[in-house]
Amino acid sequence: MTNLSSSETPSRLARFMDSDVLHSFLRSPSAMIAAFITLVFILAALFAPLIAPYNPFDPAQISLWDGKLPPSFAGGDDRYFLGTDNQGRDMLSTILYGGRLSIIVGLAAVFLGMLMGVTLGIISGYLGGTFDAVIMRIADVQLTIPGILLAILINGIGRAFLPVDVRDEFAIYVVIIAIGLSDWPQFARITRGATLVEANKEYVASARVIGLPSWLIMVRHLLPNVLRPVLVLATLGLATAIISEATLSFLGQGIPPTTPSLGTLIRVGNEFLFSGLWWITLFPAIALVILVFSVNLFGDWLRDALNPKLR
Amino acid sequence: MFAFIARRLAQSILVMAVVSAVAFSLFNFVGDPVNNMVGQDATRERRAEIRLQLGLDDPIPVQYVRFVSNMLQGDFGISYRIKQPVDKLILERLPATLELVFVSAIISLIVGIVAGVYTGIHRNSWISRSILSSSLIGVSLPTFIIGIALIYIFAVHLRWLPSSGRAGTIDFGWWKTSLLSLEGWRSILLPAITLSLFQLTMILRLVRAEMMEVMQTDFIKFARARGLSERAINYGHALRNTLVPVITIIGLNIGGLIAFSVITETVFQWPGTGLMFIQAVDFVDVPIMSAYLVFVAILFVIINLVVDLLYAAVDPRIRIGNA
Repeated sequence: MTNLSSSETPSRLARFMDSDVLHSFLRSPSAMIAAFITLVFILAALFAPLIAPYNPFDPAQISLWDGKLPPSFAGGDDRYFLGTDNQGRDMLSTILYGGRLSIIVGLAAVFLGMLMGVTLGIISGYLGGTFDAVIMRIADVQLTIPGILLAILINGIGRAFLPVDVRDEFAIYVVIIAIGLSDWPQFARITRGATLVEANKEYVASARVIGLPSWLIMVRHLLPNVLRPVLVLATLGLATAIISEATLSFLGQGIPPTTPSLGTLIRVGNEFLFSGLWWITLFPAIALVILVFSVNLFGDWLRDALNPKLR
Repeated sequence: MFAFIARRLAQSILVMAVVSAVAFSLFNFVGDPVNNMVGQDATRERRAEIRLQLGLDDPIPVQYVRFVSNMLQGDFGISYRIKQPVDKLILERLPATLELVFVSAIISLIVGIVAGVYTGIHRNSWISRSILSSSLIGVSLPTFIIGIALIYIFAVHLRWLPSSGRAGTIDFGWWKTSLLSLEGWRSILLPAITLSLFQLTMILRLVRAEMMEVMQTDFIKFARARGLSERAINYGHALRNTLVPVITIIGLNIGGLIAFSVITETVFQWPGTGLMFIQAVDFVDVPIMSAYLVFVAILFVIINLVVDLLYAAVDPRIRIGNA
């Protein structure tokens, strides 16, 4: 069975190797660089415990005596390439672990928003009626409020509901939910639009004719066909989510300083900027900007590549 | 037209009902309101008295109605931390936010339109290219990093401008303004520029795109054929026709400015409403939080209504389509 089908239609890999998308990728240096940098960041995030010279979360490895050391190339200690923060944590390790948190939070938040938006969008687009009207009205209203403001507000409310002693512990979940809730309408809209187009095609009509239940048509037939634009939105949304997380953390409303994300590091460093300790802010900020920039660049390319109309 | 307005109004009222419900539940379910007001060691009688005073023993719907009617009269309760009426606190902080938003809106408008027109007309000059590529960087940098960078360059390094706070305010009745003194302008400049950058790039790109489109149209060619001066064509004919989308974007952008003012105010410790909200979250100062929620909701409802009406006034198709 598998043999038969693979001899008739090329395998997924072969199709991918021959696709327009890969072709356009290989011809776009900026996309390749962006993808490479993004990949490096994700690998660094995955393997942070292996790469990082120190474990910044292990109090046994931190000495306050080593605090506030400048980078080794700027007259600091040879042990700490990018210097240390105010608590004596190695900046390089802290950035690796922080980047890991930023990426995890970003991915989780985008996934949450995507899950919500795609589900509601497909149901809205396929079933229509009152459900569609209500959901899209809510999405419209929410879209008029900038996502970051909504994330700040939801996050603030979420924090307020948590008792003080567990606030830091659960902060990361509150942040994920706040950002996820703030960006579902975009996913819902784009999914609904794609669903409306797909629902009029013959394969959906045939599926309906042979008596498949609505949910099966939505999951099995519509979902795979509306994922293209969603994928683009998710990539661009990842960059926004990472910025949102960094912003919340910078405002002191996000990831606590005990397990800092990039935004938290920038916040902590900002307090020492006036005393000339520039490296505590600068390096996490550079890491954040490069990460966001390359994810954005990759997303832009993906949007153009998956949408032949723009080419 | 009437149906259109009526529907939008109904929608706005619904939004306000939802937001006030959230604000109300914050009030009632976050911590113990009595503890928050009198502290842990008040006597039992005192507590009962406060409970009665706040009406906490009434059914929830009754409490909600009372909450909304108090809100409509501008009564948001007393701040837990500062122990002052919240409406007064917000009114005190409001001028700072509004002036910041106003100045940055002006900056982004003027610079955005001028640069947009320029890059739209001189498409391939190196100035256009450098404006465009730096605007790309402006969009992808998070607001707070731009703020920190500006502080570091202009306040720490060059020492030209103050790094934070709102100095040099002059009382104008209850409105404290920083627009009437040099010191005030010095302190508003950095936060206003930070806040304006994002909107500026959006306006720039929009004006540029619209200009490029309008320049291709027949009436511009005709204007050229009539022998009008470049200046009259560019500004009198082309720019005017790009302004419809620009108006909407600006309207929507005021919302964006309010949103990002929370971040900018925190970076620059600018004593506006956004900073007040962030501090309120830190101390779980629920009355301020819920008042700010309602305040933001009202702002956005008004902005959206005005933009919708402007839309309808400018573009007749919308009137017909929705009425």
